[in-house]
Amino acid sequence: MTDLTSLTLAEARDALKAKSFTAVELTDAYLAAMEKARVLNAYVTETPDKARDMARASDARIAAGKAGALEGLPLGIKDLYATKGVHTQACSHILDGFEPTYESTVSANLWADGAVMLGKLNMDEFAMGSSNETSHYGSVVNPWRRNGSDVNLVPGGSSGGSAAAVAARLCLGATATDTGGSIRQPAAFTGTTGIKPTYGRCSRWGLVAFASSLDQAGPIARDVRDTAILLKSMASVDPKDTTSVDLPVPDYEAAIGKSVKGFKIGIPKEYRLDGMPAEIDALWQKGIDILREAGAEIVDISLPHTKYALPAYYIVAPAEASSNLARYDGVRYGLRVPGSDIIDMYENTRAAGFGAEVKRRILIGTYVLSAGYYDAYYLRAQKVRTLIKRDFETVYAAGVDAILTPATPSAAFGIGEKADADPVEMYLNDVFTVTVNMAGLPGLAVPAGLSAEGLPLGLQLIGRPFDEETLFTLGSTIEKAVGTFTPKQWW
Amino acid sequence: MSVDTATVRRVARLARIKVTDDEAERMTNELNSILGFVEQLDEVDISGVEPMTSVVSVKMRRRQDVVTDGEDAEGVTANAPVSEDNFFLVPKVVE
Repeated sequence: MTDLTSLTLAEARDALKAKSFTAVELTDAYLAAMEKARVLNAYVTETPDKARDMARASDARIAAGKAGALEGLPLGIKDLYATKGVHTQACSHILDGFEPTYESTVSANLWADGAVMLGKLNMDEFAMGSSNETSHYGSVVNPWRRNGSDVNLVPGGSSGGSAAAVAARLCLGATATDTGGSIRQPAAFTGTTGIKPTYGRCSRWGLVAFASSLDQAGPIARDVRDTAILLKSMASVDPKDTTSVDLPVPDYEAAIGKSVKGFKIGIPKEYRLDGMPAEIDALWQKGIDILREAGAEIVDISLPHTKYALPAYYIVAPAEASSNLARYDGVRYGLRVPGSDIIDMYENTRAAGFGAEVKRRILIGTYVLSAGYYDAYYLRAQKVRTLIKRDFETVYAAGVDAILTPATPSAAFGIGEKADADPVEMYLNDVFTVTVNMAGLPGLAVPAGLSAEGLPLGLQLIGRPFDEETLFTLGSTIEKAVGTFTPKQWW
Repeated sequence: MSVDTATVRRVARLARIKVTDDEAERMTNELNSILGFVEQLDEVDISGVEPMTSVVSVKMRRRQDVVTDGEDAEGVTANAPVSEDNFFLVPKVVE
């Protein structure tokens, strides 16, 4: 029998349907692969018993002819998602021992469609980071290495465990979340595909909140089709999240392989940064050529407020985070460190429970919301956000269907390489992705080639609100031209 | 605008995070680097621009004003670090 973990999610789905193997056999293949890959630190908790129980139930449903859309397909879940009775800590020390008594809506949707949970995936603490180095559980190791090198690289972040697990074939697909690039940047660093859907497409209920006006759930998977299949199951309107939208969820998979003839693709000049590596520029040109040859019309566009997205984000996101993270007080869940009185207990608990990056963002957020500074920082940033969104509305009104940009300004870097750098240098990783969150738009990251050092590089497609289908069509066109990318197994 | 160590200590107090002298020093530098970065927003002409309140133009849904949850004190306190008889226990706050 060929290695079951080499199949894509769509292939495994079809093979289970054809009864070529059982869900239990498929799950066991993944559990064995996970055990062998612990050096990557992608999972913070493995749930083998639960996985086998779910797989057995799937086999029973398949035998009874009652299979769901994801029946028997093993997935990894980012530690940010509340999973009933299972470790849920957003990889923070302050949530020590937290096992929710409820299930997030998105993961509940996946289980309702028959998917199998393999475990919880590593991430940057509270999704604050671009390298997975802020996790309380330690860095994730990127399964990719530079040619002829054994230096460990970061998988990107914050969904670094999700991206690494998918790339290393430790799950068929994974849930992730994206507040400023946390799905698309790690996807680009690991040669995987990820989509941040339009704000409101997936319910945020049961996700550990970071910045509520920016957070959105989405999948990371091995190819564009698998990503489309997962998003269909994850998306839903939810009475428990008033920002989830009541729009029908299309059959995203049907958008794969459709013609791109007549699509108008915008190329924003503001994304051509000074000092951008030549290979990122070349990759972007390759994407342009592929879409043009496939029949799309390429137009130059301008999104004049692009450079202000990242600074505005570093006001809005920390402000919302400082409010959301106020709930960690040592009383209701997680860690408690005693003190001389209740305030001392709060301060001790939060000092011990939060890591350095999380503290930094809480302090920035508290500062920009504090008396006398609100107008100068927060209100101004929210006005700039209106202008960023207006930039996109203007080009879409002019007939542009989607926008093509690089996903990241570089390939994956070494673990610890940016440890002594200014925090802002790490933030620049998200310079191409953060605009999309600020405007609430859908963005797809798709691998498009390898760097000179042999590392994956990705392109980003940005769509109109709730037009994820166009992104899947365009993404599958790029994928058809360049193929998919798998790291050489060294672990 | 930049902050001094006293301001960082005041903000940390507001955020209920205890900081050591070393941390306050380090965080002052980091915060100033971030505040320096966001300063470029001052270049943007925002006159007459409404602040964003929602990225997606949808009307907030309302729900029926009925009780849909509750009566689950055990579930609510299940994850508390210290609890007794389904009550959260905290240090004494009233003399």
